Amino acid sequence: MDDRILIIGAGQAGMQIAVTLRDEGFGGEVIIVGDEAYGPYQRPPLSKAYLAGTADVESLELRAEHFYADQTIEMVAGETIVDVRLGEPGSGDAGIATAASGRTFEFDRLAITPGSTPRRLPIEGADLGGVLYLRSLADADALKKRWTAAENLVVIGGGFIGLEVAAAARTAGKTVTVIEVADRLMARAVSSTTSEFYRGAHERRGTRVVLEAQLARIVGDAEHVTGVELAGVGDAKGEFIPADIVMVGIGVIARSELADKLGLDNINGAIVVNEYAETSDPRIVAAGDAVLLPHPLGHDGQVRLESVQNAVDQAKVAAKTLIGIREVHRAVPWFWSDQGDLKLQIAGLSTGFDQIVERGSQASEKFSVLYYRDGRLLAIDAVNDPIDYIAVRRALDTGAEIPAELAADSSVALKTLITSREA
Amino acid sequence: MPEITYFSPDGTQTTLDARDGDSVMETAVKNGVKGIVAECGGACACATCHVYVDEAFTDAVGEPGDLEDDMLDGTAAERLPNSRLSCQLKMNPALNGLTVHIAPKQI
Repeated sequence: MDDRILIIGAGQAGMQIAVTLRDEGFGGEVIIVGDEAYGPYQRPPLSKAYLAGTADVESLELRAEHFYADQTIEMVAGETIVDVRLGEPGSGDAGIATAASGRTFEFDRLAITPGSTPRRLPIEGADLGGVLYLRSLADADALKKRWTAAENLVVIGGGFIGLEVAAAARTAGKTVTVIEVADRLMARAVSSTTSEFYRGAHERRGTRVVLEAQLARIVGDAEHVTGVELAGVGDAKGEFIPADIVMVGIGVIARSELADKLGLDNINGAIVVNEYAETSDPRIVAAGDAVLLPHPLGHDGQVRLESVQNAVDQAKVAAKTLIGIREVHRAVPWFWSDQGDLKLQIAGLSTGFDQIVERGSQASEKFSVLYYRDGRLLAIDAVNDPIDYIAVRRALDTGAEIPAELAADSSVALKTLITSREA
Repeated sequence: MPEITYFSPDGTQTTLDARDGDSVMETAVKNGVKGIVAECGGACACATCHVYVDEAFTDAVGEPGDLEDDMLDGTAAERLPNSRLSCQLKMNPALNGLTVHIAPKQI
């Protein structure tokens, strides 16, 4: 009987595959193997509530420990899979995965959710004490250990993670400098309209933002960093910025070790899958941050999405594929970033937009930016404006439109403007 | 530990002991109660943990905050006077015995 499913990777996606298998009535064995010391937990609060001390390890758990037993899901933490051999279908041969410890796991069907790892800073001093990254609970604990005593925080990288940590540090009264190589913040995720607002908003709260900055080196010793030296370009050239913590948030890269081992097609380490979450080896499904998937709203091209939403929605499709339910992955991508008291919510993918419509008021820190291409709605950035966010998310969900010329009137609720595409 | 009773849309009833300070949403999700989606994990970012609070507890749970109030206007199921996002309801001894009906549609 082909009834053992192994899931390698115990993050949001890996856990969701297991949950969906059970929800869909799969009665065979389900084993999740993860390389972290903990079972599946929420990562988003690590740069927010966990750092601020309002969430603890137990509150981060995605499911209570007994949940796995109740659902007869075997959750194995702390094992790194270093080798996988696939069985021959129909031959009765099982596949076998081997952990670094020597422990082995037999399986009939395989799902991999390798996740991603922070991009490392390739400069002098990047290995000094107090130069930190933030991805895992262990990373967050390392940050917290130095957090209380730290007076000066330098954040390298003005993306979601960096700005969330910067906001938390400002709230805690620290001196905070954000250093970004690009000419604006969150350049990969939002338009310059939203970027400019965020630069101003962080500055108003006392954070210094240095754009178009090149790093020369990080200074300090193996125990303690003392600061960051900028290179001889830009407004702050050659400046030395004191730091007790240097928090690096310059993006993540897909973890590709397993995909390489299995010979799966990948681009820059990201595993290529089809709309059913199948890899180039149809016996293996993959989901989550490490995956390059067809545009989830059916537009051209492939995307890699680093988000809870993508991990969950893709995992559901992957689980169904494993048990023979053919369901195409279609989902509105959405993201959020809580930076202090600023809640950014994004629905859709704005890439390729040719028109924006702004609603609300930047001055009151409650506004939204709608993105269009050829007159069709693509996405929204909503700042402290969940009503607009929800309206756009629903419109995208149902393939409806919100005409740009009408959306510009902020006095009209967006949800009253939603029209079906055929209309 | 304060107790919560959930009525899921499929008719099942589940009573759980909540950890003091955990939300009504967290307690449900961690224990596998059906019907609460809660994709954002409690950041008040997705409006997929919509519940109707039993009227006996209206005063004890208080009023939704501004952000939650706005999000409630975007729930998939009908908003009623006793609608709340369960991620924003933190458990405490005064809420012992809380009963909520999970909204039939979350997404």
